[in-house]
Amino acid sequence: MSFLEVKNLNISYPTRKETIVASKNVEFKLERGEILGIVGESGSGKSTIANAIIDLIDPPGQIIDGSIKIDNDELRDNNGIIQKFRGKKIGFVFQDPQTSLNPLFKIKDQLIETIQTHLSLTYKDALKKSIQLLKEVGIENAEKRIEDYPHQFSGGMRQRVVIALAISCEPDLIIADEPTTALDVSIQYQILELLKDLTKKRNLGVIIITHDMGVIAETTNKVIVMRHGLIVEQGDTKELLTNPKSNEAKSLVISVPPTNKKINRFKLISPEGKEITSDSKNLTKNIIKSWGIRENKNQKLLKVNNISKIFDDKSFGSKISFGLKNNETNKAVKAVDNVSFELLEGETLGLVGESGSGKSTIAKIITGLVKPNSGEIYYNDLSLYNSKKKYQIDKSRGQIQMIFQDPYSSLNPRFKVRDIISEPIKFFQKNISRGELIQNVYDLIDIVGMTRQSLDRYPHEFSGGQRQRISIARALATRPRLLICDEPTSALDVSIQAQILNLLKDIQDELHLTILFISHDLPVIRQMCNRIIVLKNGIMCETKDTEELFNNPEHHYTKELIRLMPKIESII
Amino acid sequence: MLLKTYNKIYDTDIGYSFFNSKIAVISSTIFFIILICSIFAGVVAPYNPFDPASVSLMDAFTPPVWSEGGNSSFILGTDQQGRDMFSTMIYGSRISLIVGFASIIFAMLLGVFLGITAGYIGGRYEIIIMRLTDVQLTIPSILMALLVDGIARAIISQSMHDEMAIYVLIFAIGISEWPQFARVSRASTLVEKNKEYVSASRIIGLSNVLIMFKHILPNILRPILVIATIGLALAIITESTLSFLGVGVPPTTPSLGTLIRFGNNFLFSGEWWITFFPAIFLIVLALSINLLGDWMRDALNPKLKKR
Repeated sequence: MSFLEVKNLNISYPTRKETIVASKNVEFKLERGEILGIVGESGSGKSTIANAIIDLIDPPGQIIDGSIKIDNDELRDNNGIIQKFRGKKIGFVFQDPQTSLNPLFKIKDQLIETIQTHLSLTYKDALKKSIQLLKEVGIENAEKRIEDYPHQFSGGMRQRVVIALAISCEPDLIIADEPTTALDVSIQYQILELLKDLTKKRNLGVIIITHDMGVIAETTNKVIVMRHGLIVEQGDTKELLTNPKSNEAKSLVISVPPTNKKINRFKLISPEGKEITSDSKNLTKNIIKSWGIRENKNQKLLKVNNISKIFDDKSFGSKISFGLKNNETNKAVKAVDNVSFELLEGETLGLVGESGSGKSTIAKIITGLVKPNSGEIYYNDLSLYNSKKKYQIDKSRGQIQMIFQDPYSSLNPRFKVRDIISEPIKFFQKNISRGELIQNVYDLIDIVGMTRQSLDRYPHEFSGGQRQRISIARALATRPRLLICDEPTSALDVSIQAQILNLLKDIQDELHLTILFISHDLPVIRQMCNRIIVLKNGIMCETKDTEELFNNPEHHYTKELIRLMPKIESII
Repeated sequence: MLLKTYNKIYDTDIGYSFFNSKIAVISSTIFFIILICSIFAGVVAPYNPFDPASVSLMDAFTPPVWSEGGNSSFILGTDQQGRDMFSTMIYGSRISLIVGFASIIFAMLLGVFLGITAGYIGGRYEIIIMRLTDVQLTIPSILMALLVDGIARAIISQSMHDEMAIYVLIFAIGISEWPQFARVSRASTLVEKNKEYVSASRIIGLSNVLIMFKHILPNILRPILVIATIGLALAIITESTLSFLGVGVPPTTPSLGTLIRFGNNFLFSGEWWITFFPAIFLIVLALSINLLGDWMRDALNPKLKKR
């Protein structure tokens, strides 16, 4: 008899038009002391299974068939037991630590409430236990911090508090749904270490749901690969990662950017097992014809000189000081601090750093979305900001374009794809003929690998990866020389990420583009960039060629980042 | 053909929600019946109350057809001048609806323009506009309309009063309603302006005017549509109130409010129908629009959507 046994689990979401099967004949077992990873692309039903175990499926979803047993107690359709088990026997760690704690209660109250619900302890004992728990999850000065409210903790600390909550009643099973997705690499490392540690010390069963193969490789013993609600493969983590049998698992493993070497292109296989090849070379012919032949002469394209940006609260209310001189309340944040770099034609420069390192702000300054407080930017030796610090967009003539992080908000939902792509073309070529315009739009939609039929549809009809392709087509419509990619793949699944990265490399080669690639993901940066700048709190730590940086990091922060990033190779 | 369109509409989320809400179907039916009657008033109404030739003082104060002394040619009775109540009400609702629609469109154009520009441009301009709405929202809209109406009457010469009355009314009600539109469109603009598609448009180099009215405007139309519907009911009621107070449309072309005011004088002398029917009519009209607006607000709000 296993500790957790899920048998023949079928869950479906009946909607008005169709019934979506979120999980089909799912079966797995989990023993104490084991960490089970569930991976799969978005929509594959991995979170549904986790929610099913603690009976938190959103209506109208329902379990149609199957059984979930913990220590031989049937959980399904058994409200009495579920209520008793939640918190007591099963702890749950949610994805977003910003919203999973109640902001109006002190940490103390939230912990004590949970403990007293399930264990018959006096207030004093519960408090003692809470402090003990906080210490266990690595919060320093726990006696004092327990009096704080959630907003007084950082994201990583909050996730620790959530874990403390999850283990507060000594559960036997912890379910963590993307527990580190919202966190930076260094904090992710600490949280994962903590989970591993607790598993061993307390002999827990742990289920980690994630889309990050690196996390799977570093933490789990067993892994389940899901697709469309089906388990396509399960087994020992090492075995599955080194020798995947199903096409889905193969496609997942092969799409993960390796951390130890640079590869030219990702080899892609479709879920059906066929190899996906790119044929963009033929498609770019038309575009090159209309753009004119370009060459990269290894010249400076962009020069950024000592730019700084300070964000301070300049709202109307803060200006009125009510007669008080409160200099301390003036919380100015230096987002970018004296950053300078040059970008040569045809290269890919990577900006890497954790959240709040100012990498996106730099992109926004270059594109004129945010004004710098000081410093100059030259594009082809023309200053992009005039003496009054006003952005001169005509100096770059649309040759600087950007691809954004969130494919769900970067396309105007009320525009058809055709209009999204043709708008910039019409803007730069005012008297273009209709036929030429249509031809241009066709060329662009072809090169990003979408069908021409998609031109007459609206953005919401497409998946994240397809939207990102449309976004690339729009950026190419102005005939850019410099493409700024701000975390272009962080919202996408790995296999889609690999496709988009391949596409970016292809169009860069064909169209001689220069790319400024911004990411927090070191393996991705390694695959894409020639040169890398490491940023921390707005300050440049290190600038080096890619291979040099990964093999010989100098700055201690760089070393730290490289050491802590989850590596899929660690297991192989 | 008709069935096909019906199926197509039913297939969309909003159409499904509409046909499954009894309140929405009933209230929109009532509203459209009233709307069509008032548009084709000349055909629907048995008499033309504005035509002196068709009115006879001899018929004055005829009670409704079912009470004693009723006349089958005047279903709902007649007023003090012998005009058929049913016809005057239909013609009256025409004026009420014209004023309502025109003033709400005026308020919408003004409010949405100021709201989008305030939200998008920001800075001192935004502060001025938004404080202006705050100040105006402290004054009840009916008072605001009265104030504007009074000032306009003082400016316009006496002889022009009756001709200009309807325009003054539209202006006065429109002015009293714009802050709602400005607030909602500013708030939605603030959300939209931080989305990446707006950034993308800025990087392409599109002008601010183009970004505001071609890109942002279509994305904030939903909440505006909702307050426009609810505002329409409010505008009709405001018009009736003003007319009831005697500062609205002239008595020669009576609106629902004017009819209620006339009838009010005779309420205690027993001729209740002159004020009762227009009042009921006004309530039904305003209620149906309001319920429609309520349904629309819920249906267009993704947070309240039933899964």
